[in-house]
Amino acid sequence: MSTTILNEKDIARAINRISHEILERNQGAENIALIGIRTRGVTLSSRLQAKINAIENIEVATGALDITLYRDDIGAGLQKPELKKTEITFGLEGKHVILCDDVLFTGRTIRAAIDALIDFGRPASVQLAVLIDRGHRELPIRPDYVGKNIPTPKSKRVQVLLKEVDEEDKVIIQEQVK
Amino acid sequence: MTQTTTLSQRNIITMESLTANDIDTILDTADSFKEVSTRAIKKVPILRGRTIINLFFEPSTRTRTSFEIAGKRLSADVINISGAASSTVKGESLIDTVRNLEAMSPDILVVRHNCSGAPALITQFISKPVINAGDGTHEHPSQSLLDLLTIREHKGDLKGLKVTIVGDIAHSRVARSNIHAMKTMGMTVKVVAPPPLLPIGIEQLGVDVCHDLEKGIKDADVIMILRIQLERQNQGLLSSLREYSNYFCLTEKHLSNVSDDTLIIHPGPVNRGVEISLDVMEGPRSLILNQVTNGVAIRMALFYLLLGESDANSN
Amino acid sequence: MRILIKGGHLIDPANKKNGQFDLLISKGKIEAVEPEGKIKDISGAEIIDAKGAIVAPGFCDMHVHFREPGHEYKETIETGSHSAAAGGFTTVAVMPNTSPVNDNRSVTDFILSQAKETSDINILPIGAITKGLNGETLSDMGELKEAGCIGYSDDGRPVSNSEIMRRALEYSKMFDLPCIQHSEVLELTQGGSMNEGIVSTELGLKGMPTEAEDIMVHRDICLLPKTGGRLHVAHISSGGSVDLVRQAKAKGLAVTCEVAPHHFTLTHDACRGYDTNAKMSPPLRTQSDLEMIKEGMRDGTIDIIATDHAPHDRVDKQVEFSKACFGIVGLETALPLTLKMVDEKVISLEKAIDMLTFQPSQLFKLDKGTLGVGKAADITLFDEKMEYTIDPSQFKSRSKNSPYKDWKVRGKVLRTLVNGKTVFKCN
Repeated sequence: MSTTILNEKDIARAINRISHEILERNQGAENIALIGIRTRGVTLSSRLQAKINAIENIEVATGALDITLYRDDIGAGLQKPELKKTEITFGLEGKHVILCDDVLFTGRTIRAAIDALIDFGRPASVQLAVLIDRGHRELPIRPDYVGKNIPTPKSKRVQVLLKEVDEEDKVIIQEQVK
Repeated sequence: MTQTTTLSQRNIITMESLTANDIDTILDTADSFKEVSTRAIKKVPILRGRTIINLFFEPSTRTRTSFEIAGKRLSADVINISGAASSTVKGESLIDTVRNLEAMSPDILVVRHNCSGAPALITQFISKPVINAGDGTHEHPSQSLLDLLTIREHKGDLKGLKVTIVGDIAHSRVARSNIHAMKTMGMTVKVVAPPPLLPIGIEQLGVDVCHDLEKGIKDADVIMILRIQLERQNQGLLSSLREYSNYFCLTEKHLSNVSDDTLIIHPGPVNRGVEISLDVMEGPRSLILNQVTNGVAIRMALFYLLLGESDANSN
Repeated sequence: MRILIKGGHLIDPANKKNGQFDLLISKGKIEAVEPEGKIKDISGAEIIDAKGAIVAPGFCDMHVHFREPGHEYKETIETGSHSAAAGGFTTVAVMPNTSPVNDNRSVTDFILSQAKETSDINILPIGAITKGLNGETLSDMGELKEAGCIGYSDDGRPVSNSEIMRRALEYSKMFDLPCIQHSEVLELTQGGSMNEGIVSTELGLKGMPTEAEDIMVHRDICLLPKTGGRLHVAHISSGGSVDLVRQAKAKGLAVTCEVAPHHFTLTHDACRGYDTNAKMSPPLRTQSDLEMIKEGMRDGTIDIIATDHAPHDRVDKQVEFSKACFGIVGLETALPLTLKMVDEKVISLEKAIDMLTFQPSQLFKLDKGTLGVGKAADITLFDEKMEYTIDPSQFKSRSKNSPYKDWKVRGKVLRTLVNGKTVFKCN
């Protein structure tokens, strides 16, 4: 059982709006960088980059961050998250970094991402853009840009599907898969 | 949703026991880890609070340092215990030594031992994961994995590659690990050595045997040169190093008929001028230093896969 | 006290009996053996119902290590005798590689007095060929014989020096006792811990080639014609050695040999996983050696079965493979393993019993291994069909080193009698 809460057009509109908000807040695209959190955060950051380029005609620096090595839910056992490459090829000094992720939930991923970012340098500021904020924070973290707030019971699972990874654009709510 | 990977083994004792899928997983993970060593701050917190014990009953600089750096870059506490310093010199048995170490709650044991089978024995008596850092003349899995990573980086795909291993096959744990691993990965292996340095029945492991260096390396995509241990001449296995070099030292002369794309690797430490000439060692085909760099990434990957987190379920 | 063993299937190769016989024991000796129901005078006799059981002469093992004196933590004459009785053995010959070595009368006397005090079974000492097993100086063979030794051996080590071996064969002839050789050219096996072959190559362990055995067997055979001594090849393990013994026998030379059950039931594959319980000397060989061993049993080249019972404590086995001691507990698994050869039709049941009883007695000129009237009532009753799983933790031996853990086998010793006295009974 799953319910679609955002369709392809909704997602496009959200990205469009967030792009404008980013530009407005940072007074243009001169000094910003978009860093996506693997996997779908990277896709979102690419879309934001394209949109900003379309508006301002500026190619904003983008990077990809794998936060696996900064997670706090450590356990034993042989099953491990697949480690992907972190690719940040530019200096962070003085940059306004916008972290991008698909769903904001407990905030632990963002905590790990901020820790990882700091290891790469000292940005002027770190901002957070997410497509979905579903609440239930366990850490004092709030997003700066939100596609849509979707208050959901903890037991549900919110899943963002993006064409580049999943062959279609939509956001669905599912019963937690056991 | 986070994708997960799983190894079929909870200890890394032999390459023989690893599946192609395991080897791919380790190489892919190591590939991702290489980036960490290029950062200004070469440290990630994943193994914070974890303890790694390097238990080395045999002298080693490179392998021990490589495991130590790998552990430290993952924020683990790394303790080094050398054979000479351990209680075994006071007559304590291997089993008692490792049981005592386990009582101090390490999270993983890296073991090098001069007796074949010692790491396998240890796994029967302790519950923590064990990584074999080289046992006697048996296996040296992390060395084989770093060799494969180095080859894959330069050749793209391992399958179908032809590898020639030259040197003291009989006493080489690197050769044994690589023969098993390379067969698993669909590679063709040839061994080149004088007969006294070839173990009985080696061809039953599915390798071609050759006693002529020039013929042996002709079609090779990769040439792996093994270290000749100087003491072999006292055991009657070699007449002299000079005679060995006459027939088996890889020099520029041999490479004139070999493709420019042929890679040369050597597990080190190198006896310059005995098994490989200086110009070949420092030449464009040589990847000896890449191997060392990749060694750290491989060992980080092993620690991560055996120790890292498991519960992949948070947004 | 009289005992009647009744209703059993009696197999006595010495007297060529194989069928339903009753056996009467009186004062520790065999008083009568008659077809079932034919023994009339059984007044006052205890009856042992042997229905369904094989009644055989007590087994004789001419090659055991009981470790006393010197290594009592592994085995003693007492615990070894319990192990023997549980395996159906009533007579064993103990090898001299104790500490001190049995190379003189005082050690032989000690062994025999310990045997008298603590052993349930017959203990026969074997004396050293050379003093301290040093391979250099002949022991006092005459004194050893007078003290009670029944043969000479440096077992555990070979007599490497050809000159010394030649003199040993010459001199022992005077006492009409065999020289038992542990055939191994040490230069070829130095540092080795298993058979040399594909398995040792894979495990990265130094191998011990079969040539090491064959060369010494050949050398010793070459020494026979002029010396006129008797050579007994201990624990033959190589197919090539079986051929050498076969050829020597065809020439009429005085050579005999024994095989241990592990050399006809296991190959070097058992060493995989570095199981130190599969570490023995001579080592477990290849499948082809095993087949040639079986052929040697089939055609009579191999004379007897001897276990090379070599108990070792955990401290000597739970170590790195190359550091572990050689050998296994043999006495308590010998019967079921030998019966596997009967199952595989390598030898008949009667021949199997012969190789465990009458043949060894003949070879060492013992008045044992027979159910002849007037002989000592050393008798083993076993159920050749009973199936069970081998559990070394239940061994009577002080040590439990056995590669046969969890093997499903058939053939269980029900009762062992020595001089008419029950020394083991299966519960």
